[in-house]
Amino acid sequence: MSGDATPREIAVVAFAQTDHRRTTDELSEVEMLMPVLHGVLEQTGLKTADIGFTCSGSSDYLAGRAFSFTLALDGVGAWPPISESHVEMDGAWALYEAWVKLLTGDADTALVYSYGKSSPGSVRDVLTRQLDPYYVAPLWPDAVALAALQAQALIDAGDTDEPALAAVAARSRTDASANSHAQVRGSVPQGDYVVRPLRTGDCPPVGDGAAAVILAAGDRARELCERPAWIRGIDHRIEAHGLGVRELTDSPSTRLAAEKAGVFERPVDTAELHAPFTAQEVVLRKALRLGDDVRVNPSGGALAANPVMAAGLIRVGEAAARIHRGESDRALAHATSGPCLQQNLVAVLEGDPR
Amino acid sequence: MPEILKAPLVLEFPFTRSLGPVQSAFLSGLRERVVLGVKTGDGRTLVPPVEYDPVTAEEIRDLVEVGATGTVTTWAWNHEPRRGQPLGTPFAWVLVRLDGADTALLHALDVPGPDDVRTGMRVRVRWAEERTGAITDIACFEPYDGEEGHQPAAHSGEFEDMVTGIVAEARLDYVYSPGRAQTDYIRALSEQRTVGERCPSCRKVYVPPRGACPTCGVATAEHVEVGPRGTVTTFCIVNIKAKNLDIEVPYVYAHIALDGADLALHGRIGGIPYDQVRMGLRVEAVWSEGGRYPDHYRPTGEPDADYDVYKELL
Repeated sequence: MSGDATPREIAVVAFAQTDHRRTTDELSEVEMLMPVLHGVLEQTGLKTADIGFTCSGSSDYLAGRAFSFTLALDGVGAWPPISESHVEMDGAWALYEAWVKLLTGDADTALVYSYGKSSPGSVRDVLTRQLDPYYVAPLWPDAVALAALQAQALIDAGDTDEPALAAVAARSRTDASANSHAQVRGSVPQGDYVVRPLRTGDCPPVGDGAAAVILAAGDRARELCERPAWIRGIDHRIEAHGLGVRELTDSPSTRLAAEKAGVFERPVDTAELHAPFTAQEVVLRKALRLGDDVRVNPSGGALAANPVMAAGLIRVGEAAARIHRGESDRALAHATSGPCLQQNLVAVLEGDPR
Repeated sequence: MPEILKAPLVLEFPFTRSLGPVQSAFLSGLRERVVLGVKTGDGRTLVPPVEYDPVTAEEIRDLVEVGATGTVTTWAWNHEPRRGQPLGTPFAWVLVRLDGADTALLHALDVPGPDDVRTGMRVRVRWAEERTGAITDIACFEPYDGEEGHQPAAHSGEFEDMVTGIVAEARLDYVYSPGRAQTDYIRALSEQRTVGERCPSCRKVYVPPRGACPTCGVATAEHVEVGPRGTVTTFCIVNIKAKNLDIEVPYVYAHIALDGADLALHGRIGGIPYDQVRMGLRVEAVWSEGGRYPDHYRPTGEPDADYDVYKELL
């Protein structure tokens, strides 16, 4: 921290995402990724060589190809050699790593990107491979089934019901009408049960997409962006992997991450929540103590576009973009990973007072 | 735009996993129709058992036997079972707190329809006929009328012929598509041509093309036909025969800079004794009948290339 007691101020200064689509056969991962990398560089006027640290998030299991992140590096231009790292996680966790790198003073700018191509495989089945391999994965409980168990637990607890879940779905897709990148927009039928009590409307679309952000520290951020989205706090926490050990109607890890990130110190006006399933928004609102006055997922959230591995980073990017545009002064961004909100990251972003 | 190539891709991995003392006892127990849990420091009984307390991270080993009957704590109706799932007919996913346990186990419940399942219902284990020491030794759960009454009883966790490992079978099906640039490359190969792409910024020709210049980080699109001749830039002699490979060892594997390319690709060198291959050797692609890529590269008979010509491509 360059010897001083106050940590460096670090901000999101640019954000770009692809138009998320059900399939992108015509594009390799790097071909899908390059436009967003160029997008954030153009927004800031930076060149690859100006970036101090690069960090990405992705998963080989989605497209079924090994070491795909190394090929994605072609899009970054890693010559002359760059300082680079990768997490086999949603890009929000790559952003966390980049934030730490900037805090240490080792770099002044960072490029963070993530991508996921779900279209080559069946993401419901692919995600079973992240489960406990001894007791759970041999039963192949797919991602929707696990989310449905959580939804039923919430219904039994009286925290929600099917009409309330349908309302979450409808609000999300209506809000997504204003988001040209979203995959599912406008009025969408709630549909049949996929795994009861979840209907198609309660589930995220499966699709391909990518996102990128640029972080910058202190005055560098002010040079690169008219209204930087300062990261005032960021934290991530994980819960036990045993589903039957956890209280599925609550998210203590989200609450703890939020507390450590400083969410509860002052009200937020916007919350971008990574809730791929409608019922998970109910859990997160409770864990984060969000009142009705907080604008939740104005982008449409993960119910409108859920490119796996990028959807969490997009939440941070969308929250930051609202600050850039002056639509928010203090926003919360949340990302999740694992079944039933097992791992949760929370960031607080603020714009300078106007 | 010509159609993008796609092909089925199946990935299978039978991971062999060893079990720790607690998992070994639990899975050995299932084989003998005994369900074991483990006690935590604060007196809770975890089923399925783990080796470390999820709250304190302390190592725990204190095994207890719990009931094969229990109570559903939440459920979800799965009307379309998927491959690998416990039942082939519609079933309910359930979390079941077994009698004597404080946590719940995930499994399937065999009932006719969603109206036959509810949170709080009583269920019991239906054992698989053939049991091997795996979670699937529980075939599923089924409805059960009895009241809860089982008290956990201490258990040594010792069984004859302990299960010490499992094979975790995994299979994922994909439809692989290599994207636009590599589709173009593969299509050209089928016509026995090799195409690269030129970077609009540094002007280098990359082969095989991946649609991006790895140096400049920009998209590439300009096709450049390279070869068919090229120069060996470096090589190695392979002495170990790979499984299912019918090439005699030793053989030479080389980096080959095709004429017009700014990046060497790799291939096998044939038509020359392995100990006569050298840097600078001029080679050309040899295609086998119906082959979709060069089988190997053979000497052209030209004089060797000057080191200076290819030194940047090493």
